[in-house]
Amino acid sequence: MMNIDTIANGIVIDHIKAGYGIRIFDYLGLDKVDYSVALIMNVSSKKQGKKDIIKIENEISFDVSELGLIDPEATVNIIQNHKITEKKKLSLPEEVEDVIKCKNPRCITSIEKNIKHVFRLVDTEKGVYRCKYCDEKYSIGK
Amino acid sequence: MLKGRHLIDPMDFSIEEINEVLELSQKIIENPEVYAKVCEGKIMGSLFYEPSTRTRLSFEAAMMRLGGQVIGFSEANSSSVSKGESVADTIRTIACYADVAVMRHPKEGAPKVASLYSEIPVINAGDGGHQHPTQTLTDLLTITSVKKRLGNLKIGYCGDLKFGRTVHSLIKALSRYENNEMFLISPEELTIPDYIRTEILERQDISYHEVRKIEDCIEDLDILYMTRVQRERFFNEEDYIRLKDTYILDGEKMKRASDDMMVLHPLPRVNEIAYEIDNDPRAWYFKQAKMGMFVRMGLIAKLLGVC
Repeated sequence: MMNIDTIANGIVIDHIKAGYGIRIFDYLGLDKVDYSVALIMNVSSKKQGKKDIIKIENEISFDVSELGLIDPEATVNIIQNHKITEKKKLSLPEEVEDVIKCKNPRCITSIEKNIKHVFRLVDTEKGVYRCKYCDEKYSIGK
Repeated sequence: MLKGRHLIDPMDFSIEEINEVLELSQKIIENPEVYAKVCEGKIMGSLFYEPSTRTRLSFEAAMMRLGGQVIGFSEANSSSVSKGESVADTIRTIACYADVAVMRHPKEGAPKVASLYSEIPVINAGDGGHQHPTQTLTDLLTITSVKKRLGNLKIGYCGDLKFGRTVHSLIKALSRYENNEMFLISPEELTIPDYIRTEILERQDISYHEVRKIEDCIEDLDILYMTRVQRERFFNEEDYIRLKDTYILDGEKMKRASDDMMVLHPLPRVNEIAYEIDNDPRAWYFKQAKMGMFVRMGLIAKLLGVC
């Protein structure tokens, strides 16, 4: 097994569904930062079989709820002095702006300038969102 | 209180508010002269970004019959849209001149965007294949004026249930009344969108059946709502040609229907209702078109707070 050092201060995003780590990595823009980050893919997991992990050696702040859109099962651990000081479970936000892009070519968002793409949660259990304007469906994890 | 409100989705109004509009519309039908000047001094902005004959004329006639006046455009080419103006900017400008705005737009959600920026009531007169709430009010007024109820009905929707916005809006609206049973008659390619099935019918536990032929259910129906297969909703002409004449309601099929079944159609029709049906007392579609004007009168008067 490959080893990645523990971090002193920062964030560990754990239990990411295998293959989804890169999406979170991209969403957080971690390819552009100058501090240490690690994206570990396909780590063996008793619970999940395989999982991805992201380690960030910096105390960045981001909207945890929006990560839930990419993988609601992932967990966020805040690390201070090598210890986990806070564990955050992700959940689905009621409404998100400019996170999900509406793909319906008939939607007004495809032509209107200066408009935010807004999606509202309509089914928490199935993780279904709808475009505020045209009702286009977006399902989490698909 | 409906004064100052927008109507974008048929669910924007509560059942009580819909009843308020329907009751006023009924009073206007009975005594139009009483309401002939209630909108005197008021202006309606008529913003039609795609061609429409009956909806636009029906709105404009409604405003005029209330004593109001109309400004606007009837196609995007003749407006500032052709210069690239956004919906948000157009509505903010129109709101400086008019008291109420009516918008038809080929893009879904355009009237919703307008309502977010508008200081005057915005009425959705059809947005792409999405919603058409005033057609729904028309349908509800027609049904209630004949059947005297909006619940305990067996309703068949026939034709293009995929892109037919009038059907989507009517299903949503009738799902709020008790004991309605829906029969969804369409070819496989034009079935109801998944969100109507899961988030309206199944979530509200509405009894519904998806069938392929009118004959499969016509005997049971109180209302048969026919729709046209719309050429403009297809990206592929071949698909349109293949599907356009899937359903034709004719005298033979009508023999199997009950004596008081209502045939409704948002119009215009193409081939889906044979002309021989027009004289059948169960054909309500032309009276329905007239109801459309009255219900728009009721709606405009309510949103402007003049009645």
